[in-house]
Amino acid sequence: MITLLNTSLDRFSDTFLLAQMNLDFSRIMPSLGFILGGIVVTLQFTFLSAILGFFWGTILALFKISKFKPLYWFGMAYTSIFRGTPLLVTLSLFYFATPQLTGYDISGFQAGVITFSLNSGAYVSEVIRAGILAVDRGQQEAALSLGVRYKPMMLDIILPQAIKNILPALVNESIALLKDSTLVSTIGAQDLLRRAQIVGAEKYVYFEPLLIVAVIYYVMVMVLTLAANYLEFQLRKSG
Amino acid sequence: MMQPQEQATPPAIQVDRLYKSFGSLKVLREITTEIYKGEVVAVIGPSGCGKSTFLRCLNLLEMPTSGKIYINGEEITNPNTDAMRIRQNVGMVFQHFHLFPHMTVLNNIAYAPMKVKKVAKEEAREQARDLLGKVGLGEKADTYPSRLSGGQKQRVAIARALAMNPDVMLFDEPTSALDPEMVKEVLEVMKAVSDTGMTMAVVTHEMGFAREVADRIFFLDGGKIAEDAPPSEFFTAPKSDRAKQFLEKML
Repeated sequence: MITLLNTSLDRFSDTFLLAQMNLDFSRIMPSLGFILGGIVVTLQFTFLSAILGFFWGTILALFKISKFKPLYWFGMAYTSIFRGTPLLVTLSLFYFATPQLTGYDISGFQAGVITFSLNSGAYVSEVIRAGILAVDRGQQEAALSLGVRYKPMMLDIILPQAIKNILPALVNESIALLKDSTLVSTIGAQDLLRRAQIVGAEKYVYFEPLLIVAVIYYVMVMVLTLAANYLEFQLRKSG
Repeated sequence: MMQPQEQATPPAIQVDRLYKSFGSLKVLREITTEIYKGEVVAVIGPSGCGKSTFLRCLNLLEMPTSGKIYINGEEITNPNTDAMRIRQNVGMVFQHFHLFPHMTVLNNIAYAPMKVKKVAKEEAREQARDLLGKVGLGEKADTYPSRLSGGQKQRVAIARALAMNPDVMLFDEPTSALDPEMVKEVLEVMKAVSDTGMTMAVVTHEMGFAREVADRIFFLDGGKIAEDAPPSEFFTAPKSDRAKQFLEKML
């Protein structure tokens, strides 16, 4: 498989302009498996952060539409802080400050998941809040008139409709997460980008491994986009 | 169809000096009335007279500014009363249906009995099928609401409200959002519901329905019940000038 890829890449670079760029994939081919292993790390990271961020964002959204003022203010302040600070800064804060404050050492991966979930929750909460408010008020009145209480009303009636409406925005958020996940390479988590850098440093070739991971990121984003389009289409069919 | 009963059983709905304001706008000004078990009351009047607000106060979708409302003798305006428990016994049908678009017709009807009354799934679905048959939509059980016509949606909405076995049904302009040719099918279902002895309060512009099905007409004007009379009396000899003018426009 890898040799096949190798020869076809060689042929490709022989025949096209790439030859003039002196691209030589053969030197990094032994490390290709190592680089590809980063896909798992990156996907795990993105998936975990997206799921945790979604749940946290839903809770925050409910805080922000709450009539109970302390919850409302907490939600608003929280969102403001996380949206108002660069992700790289909060990421470093969590990674370096946690051991200092708690005595616990956390891995780059763990610090990354925590930071990204908390950060993503802030963004997603705004999306979900808008989605909830966009659901026809009559839906809530219909539920109330049947004696349905707040929790089942939200879980069974309001949120499913809200999430359907905001599905494209949620997918965009997870695409942003996937791309932002490269930031964890700065705190030592061995994601795709980090692995490409490691291979580059070992072999003194940077262009090729980076080109490979760029293509991999693009493919992953496209797959996510297509999956989202399909999902949206399926959901629309149900009215 | 039913005579006012003796004091032994309380009225299905009793309203005592009900006021409702939105900010400085006084919508309802001192409404006091009773609706007895099995009675069908048509609430009519010019737009903006507070008909819908009156109806929405009866299941606390609007909180009254002051005054008391009793359902089956229980004061629902008491802050200690659990509004949710009261609403289980007071069905409501809306002008714009408000079916749950992400659920099939059958689930729309079976949902509240299952969630609120903890009826077993199979039993709830069985009952939902039964109700669907009664409103003439037995074959639409697995359809989503978006595939239904307005009249069909409203019939499902009526079935959904009936599935909770309410003591009282409130209808808020149930045919106002419908194409004219669909009005009749909904009115027929409502008439069938009234024939079961259901206590009903219907805000409507359908004078034919009010005349034929209602036991009493409430004519609301300026946030008050200006006239409260049987249809035979109201439609032939309205007492107030406002009611006369209104009927001239409507008939």
